Amino acid sequence: MDLEAIATRVRERFDDVLVARGEVTVTVDRDDLVETLTWVRDEAELDHLSDVSCTDWPGREPRIWMAYHLASLRGGHRLRVKTGLPSNDLRIASVSALWPTADWQEREVFDLFGVTFDGHPNLTRILMPDGWEGHPLRKDHPLGGVATPYKGATVPPPDERGL
Amino acid sequence: MNEDRLVEEEVKRGILTTSLAKAVNWARKQSTWPVTFGLACCAIEMMAMGAGHYDVSRWGMEIFRASPRQADLMIVAGRLSQKMAPVLRQIYDQMPEPKWVISMGVCASQGGMFNNYALVQGVDTIVPVDIYVPGCPPRPEMLMYGILRLHEKIGKRGTFK
Repeated sequence: MDLEAIATRVRERFDDVLVARGEVTVTVDRDDLVETLTWVRDEAELDHLSDVSCTDWPGREPRIWMAYHLASLRGGHRLRVKTGLPSNDLRIASVSALWPTADWQEREVFDLFGVTFDGHPNLTRILMPDGWEGHPLRKDHPLGGVATPYKGATVPPPDERGL
Repeated sequence: MNEDRLVEEEVKRGILTTSLAKAVNWARKQSTWPVTFGLACCAIEMMAMGAGHYDVSRWGMEIFRASPRQADLMIVAGRLSQKMAPVLRQIYDQMPEPKWVISMGVCASQGGMFNNYALVQGVDTIVPVDIYVPGCPPRPEMLMYGILRLHEKIGKRGTFK
Protein backbone atom coordinates (compact mmCIF):
# COMPACT_ATOMS: atom_id res chain seq x y z
CA MET A 1 0.00 0.00 0.00
CA ASP A 2 1.18 3.52 -0.70
CA LEU A 3 0.76 6.46 1.65
CA GLU A 4 -2.71 7.46 0.47
CA ALA A 5 -3.99 3.91 0.58
CA ILE A 6 -2.89 3.25 4.16
CA ALA A 7 -4.21 6.66 5.26
CA THR A 8 -7.59 5.93 3.69
CA ARG A 9 -7.65 2.47 5.20
CA VAL A 10 -7.10 3.63 8.79
CA ARG A 11 -9.43 6.66 8.36
CA GLU A 12 -12.29 4.22 7.82
CA ARG A 13 -11.82 3.05 11.39
CA PHE A 14 -10.16 5.88 13.36
CA ASP A 15 -10.93 9.60 13.72
CA ASP A 16 -7.58 11.06 14.73
CA VAL A 17 -5.33 10.33 11.75
CA LEU A 18 -2.50 12.70 10.84
CA VAL A 19 -0.56 12.53 7.55
CA ALA A 20 2.60 14.64 7.66
CA ARG A 21 6.05 14.38 6.05
CA GLY A 22 5.14 11.14 4.36
CA GLU A 23 4.16 9.44 7.61
CA VAL A 24 0.79 8.32 8.94
CA THR A 25 0.07 8.69 12.66
CA VAL A 26 -2.98 7.40 14.51
CA THR A 27 -3.67 8.73 18.00
CA VAL A 28 -5.90 6.64 20.26
CA ASP A 29 -6.90 6.42 23.93
CA ARG A 30 -4.69 4.17 25.95
CA ASP A 31 -7.64 1.90 26.82
CA ASP A 32 -8.13 1.22 23.11
CA LEU A 33 -4.49 0.44 22.40
CA VAL A 34 -4.58 -3.36 22.24
CA GLU A 35 -7.78 -3.33 20.22
CA THR A 36 -6.27 -0.80 17.80
CA LEU A 37 -3.03 -2.67 17.32
CA THR A 38 -4.86 -5.96 16.84
CA TRP A 39 -7.00 -4.35 14.16
CA VAL A 40 -4.12 -2.77 12.23
CA ARG A 41 -2.14 -5.99 12.44
CA ASP A 42 -4.96 -8.14 11.10
CA GLU A 43 -6.79 -5.73 8.80
CA ALA A 44 -4.09 -3.38 7.49
CA GLU A 45 -1.28 -5.93 6.92
CA LEU A 46 1.00 -4.28 9.51
CA ASP A 47 2.63 -7.50 10.63
CA HIS A 48 5.90 -6.13 12.06
CA LEU A 49 6.35 -4.08 15.23
CA SER A 50 9.60 -2.30 14.46
CA ASP A 51 9.81 -0.08 17.54
CA VAL A 52 8.15 0.71 20.84
CA SER A 53 9.19 4.22 21.77
CA CYS A 54 8.36 6.85 24.33
CA THR A 55 8.66 10.62 24.74
CA ASP A 56 8.49 12.84 27.82
CA TRP A 57 6.88 16.29 27.65
CA PRO A 58 7.20 18.03 31.05
CA GLY A 59 4.55 20.67 31.69
CA ARG A 60 2.02 19.05 29.37
CA GLU A 61 -0.77 16.67 30.11
CA PRO A 62 -0.65 13.84 29.12
CA ARG A 63 3.05 14.01 29.87
CA ILE A 64 4.32 10.64 28.64
CA TRP A 65 3.53 9.60 25.07
CA MET A 66 3.93 6.05 23.86
CA ALA A 67 4.64 5.50 20.13
CA TYR A 68 4.33 2.15 18.40
CA HIS A 69 6.02 2.04 15.00
CA LEU A 70 4.59 -0.61 12.73
CA ALA A 71 5.79 -1.83 9.35
CA SER A 72 4.40 -4.16 6.76
CA LEU A 73 6.84 -6.71 5.42
CA ARG A 74 4.38 -7.67 2.68
CA GLY A 75 3.01 -4.27 1.66
CA GLY A 76 5.97 -2.02 2.43
CA HIS A 77 3.89 0.61 4.23
CA ARG A 78 4.35 2.00 7.72
CA LEU A 79 2.14 3.37 10.48
CA ARG A 80 2.64 5.02 13.85
CA VAL A 81 0.19 4.57 16.71
CA LYS A 82 0.45 7.10 19.55
CA THR A 83 -1.18 7.21 22.94
CA GLY A 84 -0.72 9.55 25.90
CA LEU A 85 -0.39 8.55 29.55
CA PRO A 86 -1.32 10.89 32.42
CA SER A 87 1.64 11.64 34.67
CA ASN A 88 -0.11 10.35 37.82
CA ASP A 89 -0.87 6.93 36.31
CA LEU A 90 1.88 5.62 34.02
CA ARG A 91 0.30 2.29 33.11
CA ILE A 92 -0.55 0.73 29.77
CA ALA A 93 -1.44 -2.73 28.52
CA SER A 94 1.40 -4.85 27.21
CA VAL A 95 1.32 -5.89 23.56
CA SER A 96 3.84 -8.69 23.98
CA ALA A 97 1.02 -11.18 23.31
CA LEU A 98 0.57 -9.64 19.84
CA TRP A 99 4.25 -9.37 18.95
CA PRO A 100 6.88 -11.28 20.99
CA THR A 101 9.42 -8.59 20.10
CA ALA A 102 7.50 -6.15 22.30
CA ASP A 103 8.86 -8.00 25.34
CA TRP A 104 12.33 -6.39 25.36
CA GLN A 105 11.17 -3.12 23.83
CA GLU A 106 8.65 -2.60 26.62
CA ARG A 107 11.29 -3.50 29.19
CA GLU A 108 13.47 -0.76 27.73
CA VAL A 109 10.67 1.82 28.05
CA PHE A 110 10.01 0.62 31.61
CA ASP A 111 13.71 0.94 32.43
CA LEU A 112 14.29 4.40 30.97
CA PHE A 113 10.87 6.07 31.43
CA GLY A 114 9.18 4.14 34.25
CA VAL A 115 6.04 3.12 32.35
CA THR A 116 4.39 -0.02 33.78
CA PHE A 117 3.10 -2.52 31.23
CA ASP A 118 0.18 -4.57 32.53
CA GLY A 119 0.35 -8.21 31.49
CA HIS A 120 4.06 -8.16 30.62
CA PRO A 121 5.68 -11.57 31.32
CA ASN A 122 8.91 -10.26 32.90
CA LEU A 123 8.96 -6.53 33.56
CA THR A 124 12.50 -5.91 34.85
CA ARG A 125 15.25 -3.46 33.94
CA ILE A 126 17.13 -4.31 30.74
CA LEU A 127 19.78 -1.60 30.18
CA MET A 128 20.56 -0.18 33.62
CA PRO A 129 21.78 -2.31 36.57
CA ASP A 130 19.08 -3.99 38.63
CA GLY A 131 19.54 -1.83 41.72
CA TRP A 132 19.42 1.46 39.82
CA GLU A 133 17.13 4.20 41.12
CA GLY A 134 15.21 6.51 38.80
CA HIS A 135 14.46 6.52 35.08
CA PRO A 136 17.29 8.31 33.25
CA LEU A 137 15.59 9.30 29.97
CA ARG A 138 12.95 11.40 31.68
CA LYS A 139 13.46 15.11 31.12
CA ASP A 140 13.71 15.85 34.85
CA HIS A 141 16.68 13.47 35.23
CA PRO A 142 19.91 15.50 35.46
CA LEU A 143 21.94 15.61 32.23
CA GLY A 144 25.36 15.49 33.84
CA GLY A 145 27.11 15.71 37.16
CA VAL A 146 25.65 12.40 38.30
CA ALA A 147 27.29 10.56 41.18
CA THR A 148 28.57 7.04 40.51
CA PRO A 149 26.91 4.41 42.70
CA TYR A 150 28.72 1.10 43.13
CA LYS A 151 27.91 -1.63 45.61
CA GLY A 152 26.31 0.69 48.16
CA ALA A 153 28.99 3.41 48.06
CA THR A 154 28.81 6.59 45.97
CA VAL A 155 31.54 8.63 44.32
CA PRO A 156 30.62 12.25 43.47
CA PRO A 157 31.03 13.52 39.88
CA PRO A 158 34.59 14.57 38.86
CA ASP A 159 34.01 18.34 39.22
CA GLU A 160 32.93 17.90 42.86
CA ARG A 161 35.83 15.69 43.96
CA GLY A 162 38.14 18.59 44.77
CA LEU A 163 40.89 17.34 42.45
CA MET B 1 84.35 3.53 42.83
CA ASN B 2 85.67 0.58 44.68
CA GLU B 3 82.34 -1.17 44.32
CA ASP B 4 82.25 -0.43 40.62
CA ARG B 5 85.64 -2.01 40.10
CA LEU B 6 84.46 -4.97 42.11
CA VAL B 7 81.37 -5.37 39.92
CA GLU B 8 83.52 -5.05 36.81
CA GLU B 9 85.73 -7.85 37.95
CA GLU B 10 82.74 -9.99 38.79
CA VAL B 11 81.24 -9.36 35.34
CA LYS B 12 84.51 -10.46 33.74
CA ARG B 13 84.12 -13.70 35.63
CA GLY B 14 80.52 -13.99 34.37
CA ILE B 15 78.87 -13.29 37.72
CA LEU B 16 76.62 -10.38 38.63
CA THR B 17 75.28 -9.74 42.10
CA THR B 18 72.04 -7.92 42.83
CA SER B 19 69.15 -8.01 45.26
CA LEU B 20 66.40 -10.58 44.84
CA ALA B 21 63.75 -7.86 44.56
CA LYS B 22 65.59 -6.24 41.65
CA ALA B 23 65.95 -9.52 39.82
CA VAL B 24 62.29 -10.37 40.27
CA ASN B 25 61.17 -6.87 39.26
CA TRP B 26 63.36 -7.09 36.16
CA ALA B 27 61.74 -10.36 35.18
CA ARG B 28 58.25 -9.03 35.85
CA LYS B 29 58.57 -5.83 33.91
CA GLN B 30 60.06 -7.55 30.87
CA SER B 31 57.02 -9.79 30.51
CA THR B 32 53.86 -8.06 31.68
CA TRP B 33 51.00 -9.93 30.13
CA PRO B 34 47.88 -7.81 29.64
CA VAL B 35 44.38 -9.21 30.00
CA THR B 36 42.15 -8.85 26.94
CA PHE B 37 39.83 -6.06 27.98
CA GLY B 38 38.88 -3.77 25.12
CA LEU B 39 35.74 -1.74 25.84
CA ALA B 40 35.46 0.85 23.07
CA CYS B 41 37.40 2.80 20.45
CA CYS B 42 40.56 2.93 22.62
CA ALA B 43 40.76 -0.83 22.13
CA ILE B 44 41.43 -0.24 18.42
CA GLU B 45 44.54 1.78 19.31
CA MET B 46 45.50 -0.90 21.83
CA MET B 47 45.26 -3.54 19.09
CA ALA B 48 47.34 -1.33 16.81
CA MET B 49 49.96 -1.22 19.55
CA GLY B 50 49.92 -5.00 19.69
CA ALA B 51 50.28 -5.43 15.94
CA GLY B 52 53.46 -5.49 13.86
CA HIS B 53 53.95 -1.79 13.18
CA TYR B 54 54.25 -0.69 16.82
CA ASP B 55 55.12 -4.17 18.08
CA VAL B 56 54.61 -4.25 21.80
CA SER B 57 56.26 -7.66 21.88
CA ARG B 58 59.54 -5.74 22.19
CA TRP B 59 58.64 -5.68 25.89
CA GLY B 60 57.26 -9.21 25.99
CA MET B 61 53.66 -8.00 26.09
CA GLU B 62 52.30 -9.35 22.83
CA ILE B 63 50.27 -12.08 24.51
CA PHE B 64 46.91 -10.58 25.45
CA ARG B 65 45.57 -13.29 27.72
CA ALA B 66 41.95 -14.29 27.39
CA SER B 67 42.00 -15.56 30.97
CA PRO B 68 42.55 -13.09 33.82
CA ARG B 69 44.25 -15.91 35.77
CA GLN B 70 47.25 -15.66 33.46
CA ALA B 71 47.44 -11.87 33.25
CA ASP B 72 49.11 -9.29 35.45
CA LEU B 73 48.16 -6.06 33.71
CA MET B 74 44.70 -4.74 32.92
CA ILE B 75 44.49 -2.02 30.25
CA VAL B 76 41.02 -0.50 30.63
CA ALA B 77 40.63 0.63 27.02
CA GLY B 78 37.46 2.65 26.65
CA ARG B 79 34.43 3.96 28.49
CA LEU B 80 33.02 1.78 31.25
CA SER B 81 29.24 1.53 31.52
CA GLN B 82 27.48 1.14 34.85
CA LYS B 83 26.37 -2.34 33.87
CA MET B 84 29.90 -3.40 32.92
CA ALA B 85 31.40 -2.14 36.19
CA PRO B 86 30.82 -5.32 38.26
CA VAL B 87 32.26 -7.39 35.39
CA LEU B 88 35.44 -5.28 35.30
CA ARG B 89 35.83 -5.59 39.05
CA GLN B 90 35.33 -9.36 38.90
CA ILE B 91 37.99 -9.75 36.22
CA TYR B 92 40.34 -7.58 38.27
CA ASP B 93 39.68 -9.72 41.34
CA GLN B 94 40.42 -12.88 39.35
CA MET B 95 43.89 -11.68 38.32
CA PRO B 96 46.68 -13.03 40.53
CA GLU B 97 48.88 -10.68 42.56
CA PRO B 98 50.93 -8.68 41.77
CA LYS B 99 48.75 -6.84 39.26
CA TRP B 100 48.63 -3.41 37.68
CA VAL B 101 45.97 -1.30 35.96
CA ILE B 102 46.41 1.23 33.15
CA SER B 103 43.46 3.57 32.59
CA MET B 104 43.63 4.23 28.85
CA GLY B 105 41.95 7.34 27.47
CA VAL B 106 39.99 10.15 29.03
CA CYS B 107 36.71 8.19 29.32
CA ALA B 108 38.27 5.48 31.46
CA SER B 109 40.14 8.08 33.49
CA GLN B 110 37.22 10.33 34.47
CA GLY B 111 34.22 9.81 32.22
CA GLY B 112 35.43 12.04 29.39
CA MET B 113 32.72 13.61 27.30
CA PHE B 114 30.15 11.19 28.71
CA ASN B 115 29.17 13.05 31.85
CA ASN B 116 25.88 11.20 32.28
CA TYR B 117 23.98 8.41 34.01
CA ALA B 118 25.16 5.58 31.80
CA LEU B 119 28.91 5.59 32.41
CA VAL B 120 31.21 5.19 35.39
CA GLN B 121 32.98 8.53 35.95
CA GLY B 122 36.49 7.11 36.10
CA VAL B 123 37.51 3.49 36.62
CA ASP B 124 39.50 4.55 39.70
CA THR B 125 36.15 4.52 41.48
CA ILE B 126 36.08 0.74 40.91
CA VAL B 127 39.71 -0.48 40.78
CA PRO B 128 43.06 1.04 41.84
CA VAL B 129 44.79 2.62 38.83
CA ASP B 130 48.58 2.84 38.41
CA ILE B 131 48.95 4.83 35.17
CA TYR B 132 46.53 7.24 33.50
CA VAL B 133 47.05 7.66 29.75
CA PRO B 134 45.30 10.81 28.44
CA GLY B 135 43.90 11.21 24.93
CA CYS B 136 40.75 10.52 22.98
CA PRO B 137 41.83 7.97 22.00
CA PRO B 138 45.56 7.96 22.84
CA ARG B 139 47.84 7.03 19.98
CA PRO B 140 49.76 3.76 20.33
CA GLU B 141 52.90 5.77 21.12
CA MET B 142 51.17 7.37 24.09
CA LEU B 143 50.05 4.01 25.41
CA MET B 144 53.57 2.68 24.93
CA TYR B 145 54.90 5.65 26.91
CA GLY B 146 52.44 4.81 29.67
CA ILE B 147 53.64 1.22 29.62
CA LEU B 148 57.28 2.32 29.88
CA ARG B 149 56.40 4.47 32.88
CA LEU B 150 54.65 1.44 34.37
CA HIS B 151 57.85 -0.57 33.81
CA GLU B 152 59.74 2.09 35.80
CA LYS B 153 57.17 1.77 38.53
CA ILE B 154 57.42 -2.01 38.59
CA GLY B 155 61.20 -1.75 38.71
CA LYS B 156 61.03 0.38 41.84
CA ARG B 157 59.08 -2.10 43.91
CA GLY B 158 61.12 -2.38 47.07
CA THR B 159 60.11 -5.75 48.36
CA PHE B 160 59.79 -9.13 46.79
CA LYS B 161 56.36 -10.62 47.44
